[in-house]
Amino acid sequence: MAKGKVEINIETCKSCLFCVETCPKKVLNYTEAVNKKGYQYVIPVNPDDCIGCAMCATICPEAAITVYRA
Amino acid sequence: MELVYKKPEIISDTQPNNFCPGCMHSSTWKIISEVVEEMGLADKTVWVAGVGCVANAHRYIQLDRFGIGHGRGCAGASAFKRCNPETFVFTYQGDGDLAAIGLAETMSAANRGDNFTVIFVNNGTYGMTGGQMAPTTLIGQKTTTTPYGRTAEEHGYPMHMCEILNVLEAPSYIARVTTADVPNAKKAKQAVRDAFQHQLDGKGFSFVEFISNCPTNWGMTPLESLDHIHNTVLKEFPLGVFRNR
Amino acid sequence: MSEKIFMKGCEAVAEAAIRAGCRFYAGYPITPQNEVPEYLSRMMPKVGGVFLQGESEVASANMLYAGGVSGTRSMTTSSSCGISLMSEAISWMALQHVPTVIGNFARGGPGIGSIQPSQQDYVQATKASGNGGFQMIVLAPATVQEAVDMTYEAFDLADKYSFPTYILLDGFIGTMMEPVVLPPAKTDEEIAAIKASKKWVPNGSRGKNSLDQKGTLDYRNEKEAEMYEEWKKTEVKYETYLTEDAEVILTGYGISARIAKSVVNDMRKEGYKVGFIRPLRVNPFPEQAFEDLDYSKVRGILCTELSKPALYAVDVKNVVRGRCPVETALRSGGEIITADEIYEAAVKLYGAK
Repeated sequence: MAKGKVEINIETCKSCLFCVETCPKKVLNYTEAVNKKGYQYVIPVNPDDCIGCAMCATICPEAAITVYRA
Repeated sequence: MELVYKKPEIISDTQPNNFCPGCMHSSTWKIISEVVEEMGLADKTVWVAGVGCVANAHRYIQLDRFGIGHGRGCAGASAFKRCNPETFVFTYQGDGDLAAIGLAETMSAANRGDNFTVIFVNNGTYGMTGGQMAPTTLIGQKTTTTPYGRTAEEHGYPMHMCEILNVLEAPSYIARVTTADVPNAKKAKQAVRDAFQHQLDGKGFSFVEFISNCPTNWGMTPLESLDHIHNTVLKEFPLGVFRNR
Repeated sequence: MSEKIFMKGCEAVAEAAIRAGCRFYAGYPITPQNEVPEYLSRMMPKVGGVFLQGESEVASANMLYAGGVSGTRSMTTSSSCGISLMSEAISWMALQHVPTVIGNFARGGPGIGSIQPSQQDYVQATKASGNGGFQMIVLAPATVQEAVDMTYEAFDLADKYSFPTYILLDGFIGTMMEPVVLPPAKTDEEIAAIKASKKWVPNGSRGKNSLDQKGTLDYRNEKEAEMYEEWKKTEVKYETYLTEDAEVILTGYGISARIAKSVVNDMRKEGYKVGFIRPLRVNPFPEQAFEDLDYSKVRGILCTELSKPALYAVDVKNVVRGRCPVETALRSGGEIITADEIYEAAVKLYGAK
């Protein structure tokens, strides 16, 4: 059971990868798929490792990430 | 599960944020939106829009605003706040706007101690017009008008606005921050909160400089631009709270 | 309140502004209008208004813009080269439909020119007060009393059209003293009601009251062009004097027209059939005053201006369209035209009696 959960608004993600680089648990990565603007948006690829620290949300310029913690 | 973070309501769900990918203008606006919301200021905020990339914030930031000529934000904010002192006023200006064409307006408003807040975004270049030299461009930095790199002999040195303002008597809060990493982003948010509180307390001119990036005109990926800030820009522009009276 | 008092032009304009409900003034020192900011720096604190000395005309005019945006009745004054520096913000006021009042106590030019009175800013005032081809209603007083009345009226015009309004004065009007009757002072309640009536003022409505004009720029420019055309029907004001049988017309605006009118009286006494046309507003231009002339009688029109080259005369020629000769009697650079000079030019244009 993960300690945290992230929800990413894939349509506002611009694939800057700040969150991917910042996540201490390597939960996030970009996809091969693209959103409506053509960005390879980020998703939680290892959601079970999320600890809900919200560092991804703090660094995300777009406020695209919602974070929950158990 | 408990909600830890969600987008501030001030940031529109429908209007697009047109800043470039990885542009820390967006990060700065996110922090401003969070603080305005947390301090309950949205219903009395009027911000003054400079000229430049800031225009990308006009639609997706849902706060009352008026635009003003390039560099004149501090003159306009002084007048507006004095006429309507019940409002909460901040300007949002880039380095060309605030430190080149608007230097007289910036210094004079600071020297009068006018009671509003300046959010100053320093990315070392004129972003909107395509990456020309700014007053804050680093020595050696190549821009579209310093194709061989900025030299001290020809162009002088980068201007340090916090340090310049810090010799004036009137300003009550002066800080330089960045959102280039999580710990600094948290300090940046605290600086904005402190600056806003100074205005609410009627202490006068408050000023927060954001060391920002411009991946597009720097010719870097967003992640490379963060490394550049840490390895190079912050050596020229040290972070910190210069004044907190 | 019909008591006459003796006042200097600049101070009378400043007092009229206060009485019209002006509660924000920003300006920068420049001769010959310094008594306006000096007077208002004394009076604004007494009436709960804001006086702000800008760090330049550029800053002052942008402060004026923001004062207008705040919903406060706002004014600046300056002189000629100072007005040039203000053109950036004046153009923004037109762009964003911000109601303000701008007074130009004109002096000699170009450049720093002279500090003495002049009328060399006619084209700048009526046609090109900034980039973008906008226009303003331009009031042109010839006496201190008119300067008072037009200042008072300018605030109503600015609010009526939500647009900057321009008063084209000169150094004479600003520095001479004349008896004036001051208009009634608006009450605090009236001033508050005016401010509250401006629903578009940014006030913390979470983006609903951002100062954005609606529509494309092309659409908005077209609407403004329609407004300028409407002004030609509704906002023209001029004075005519003894024009019905006139064979020579003297015309001008402001202080030079006042001298010309005295010449009309002198020449009538000598049997010359001369008349007089004076725009009270130089924009919109009083075309009708010249259309109403009987060109079968009129031998010529003499334009008097404190400007070289002639500027006002160009507009007169454009309206007259060759139906009679249009001549000029000019001085510039701070020199005043004399009644004798106007007389000689008028007699020459008249020809044989």
